[in-house]
Amino acid sequence: MVSRLLLSRFAPALASARRPAAAVPRHAFMGIRRYATADTEQHTMTVREALNLAMEEEMTRDENVFIIGEEVARYNGAYKVTKGLMDKFGEKRVVDTPITEMGFAGIAVGAAFQGLRPICEFMTFNFAMQAIDQIVNSAGKTYYMSGGNVPCPVVFRGPNGAASGVGAQHSQDYAAWYGSVPGLKVVSPWSAEDCKGLLKAAIRDPNPVVFLENEMLYGGHVVGLLASYWQGQVEKEGSDITIVAHSKMVTHSMEAAEELAKEGIKAEVINLRSIRPLDIDTIIKSVKKTNRLMIVEGGFPISSRARQFDYLDAPVERVTGADVPTPYATNLEALAFPDTPLITKVAKRALYRTN
Amino acid sequence: MASLARVRLLGRRLPLGARGVQTTADTTQLHQAPSDASEPFTLKLHEDSFQTYNCPKPDLEVQVTKSELLEMYQQMTTMRRMEMAADALYKAKMIRGFCHLAIGQEAVSVGMEHGIDKNDRVITGYRCHPFAVLRGGSIKGVIAELLGRKGGMSQGKGGSMHIFTPSFFGGNGIVGAQVPVGAGAAFAQQYKGEKNCTFAMYGDGASNQGQVFEAYNMAKLWNLPTIFVCENNKYGMGTPAERSSSNTAYFTRGDKIPGLQVNGMDIIAAKQAVAYARKWAVDDQNGPLVLEFVTYRYGGHSMSDPGTTYRTREEVQRMRSTQDPIRGLQRYLEEWGVATEQELKAIDKEAKATVDQAVAEAKESPEPPLEDLWKDVYFKGTEPQFLRGREREEGKRFY
Repeated sequence: MVSRLLLSRFAPALASARRPAAAVPRHAFMGIRRYATADTEQHTMTVREALNLAMEEEMTRDENVFIIGEEVARYNGAYKVTKGLMDKFGEKRVVDTPITEMGFAGIAVGAAFQGLRPICEFMTFNFAMQAIDQIVNSAGKTYYMSGGNVPCPVVFRGPNGAASGVGAQHSQDYAAWYGSVPGLKVVSPWSAEDCKGLLKAAIRDPNPVVFLENEMLYGGHVVGLLASYWQGQVEKEGSDITIVAHSKMVTHSMEAAEELAKEGIKAEVINLRSIRPLDIDTIIKSVKKTNRLMIVEGGFPISSRARQFDYLDAPVERVTGADVPTPYATNLEALAFPDTPLITKVAKRALYRTN
Repeated sequence: MASLARVRLLGRRLPLGARGVQTTADTTQLHQAPSDASEPFTLKLHEDSFQTYNCPKPDLEVQVTKSELLEMYQQMTTMRRMEMAADALYKAKMIRGFCHLAIGQEAVSVGMEHGIDKNDRVITGYRCHPFAVLRGGSIKGVIAELLGRKGGMSQGKGGSMHIFTPSFFGGNGIVGAQVPVGAGAAFAQQYKGEKNCTFAMYGDGASNQGQVFEAYNMAKLWNLPTIFVCENNKYGMGTPAERSSSNTAYFTRGDKIPGLQVNGMDIIAAKQAVAYARKWAVDDQNGPLVLEFVTYRYGGHSMSDPGTTYRTREEVQRMRSTQDPIRGLQRYLEEWGVATEQELKAIDKEAKATVDQAVAEAKESPEPPLEDLWKDVYFKGTEPQFLRGREREEGKRFY
């Protein structure tokens, strides 16, 4: 269960290859794939490409794997994540559905009970609320309730959390909701490495997996480190403070770590990768070293995964989405989610600095 | 002796201009006398056994054998005994929580089993005990599950509503959720090119769920081999069908999906309808079909419901005495010379003994070990490192 995944097209990116993304706005990421140079394995791909490749590889490997969701086939995916897959595999294996989440999520569950391996795409996890009963009760709990007789190897995937300017009904982060359900596995990848490796692993996993992507990461060449399947990954080592984050918040935390480094503060950034099971050992190991902990996530405060640890010099700092439905106006939306300057400021506060 | 009169049930509203199916259990006529046990002979169903919606009427002539009829009798009697045993165990407080009994509806489950292939799939809601046994389970396994014992079919972890076999996907607790799941099983059958279909069952109460219509739409769009089966027992918990459904002709609610309404108290009609549906979906590849069985439960919705606050005792009594599926089959068997009264009494006695034996064995089964709390949260071998208990000193470390 703890196995190294070989990502054939990536190199584990080292510090020098990591993009200082602080000054580069999101739209500058063009999704350009660079090819291998003669001497090293220096090439990257976007998060979107990584997800696409993961699905393509798994569908090639196992004919029971199929994709089902809205606009996944002929439209090539609402966010183009499934682009080209219908052309390659045909409409039997990439299935367009009507706008009926509860119905097609249930169909995915039934197909999984029958031994297929559906990848059920929700256009966003906001719409998955219509299907949450099928995810939690039909998929999540059946293996347990059947005494181990009926497994459900389904993957529910799609964008989660904040996008940009899409308003309250389209911006919620559901990591904590699904993360609270025993029987589900919940992953929230960050880098392209995460996306390819974790999606392949999720598809092969005999458990139901909720795979939370982020729309704002799709176009980015987000480079991180290779990690074992369900474990968290220290993306940047440090000794002064531990910052734990998942998904897009890892980008902001990495940027904040760069900012802090300019002032001589060495922050350690942990990319959680898996919400359930939670890799508490990696967090504890880090906190033992730094004695300060910050947790950053896009979800609402009451549900955020804050933990008390015994090795701290200062109270746990929790940085979360604000406890309001996401507003539309740009200036207000900026106050609804954590960003780099905020994380930097709070990190300093944990270090008892006011400047 | 049950009368041949067609009994119209109280308050049953029929679509304008259409006659509903009649629901007496003993109106099938013999056409050809049977001789030996395995030689097929012909019966003719009453012409009001079926109502159709955009599909041809099933053949009223049915071929059966003596041994098959006896098997049907034995199965219905045994299933009723099992449900009655569950009733007694619940009242003795040995069964807890929910317990929904199918007494009165035996012709549907047993009739279905005789009309389908063992590799077809069935899924239903919570009134599932007979299906669990008939689809490859055991009476002891069901009773032990109700008692919450390790020997239960779900190891005591599911209870009454969550019992499964390889060809039966439960047993589901959320009303209506099983219908798209059933369509999904049919999707997989089509995907893999299997010559099978799935019977996705639900009640009159569940029939108004949005997800049922979502499943209808996708099944019709993709021509899935799904038979949507509405077990209309006239009441969704305490609400009569007329108070919940603006259209109680459930077999017509598939819109573009044709439908068939069936006398669910006559096991021969039930079997014929199911065989017809299977041929429709599997052999003729016509896509989905809606089947509505008109049936009746004598008990309440569950063991917490006496079943008499929303209907009269007289109605229940009348159904029991004039429309009972087992008594109806008994009448056929005696009239047609398939079995004598003594032979049938012997089958009854054996059914009781079988069930008593299974109950005794189930009671012997121990409660699950405490370790089982942590078992099967995730697929064997993929457990996380640690599952937390109620407080930090409780929990299970897997590695």
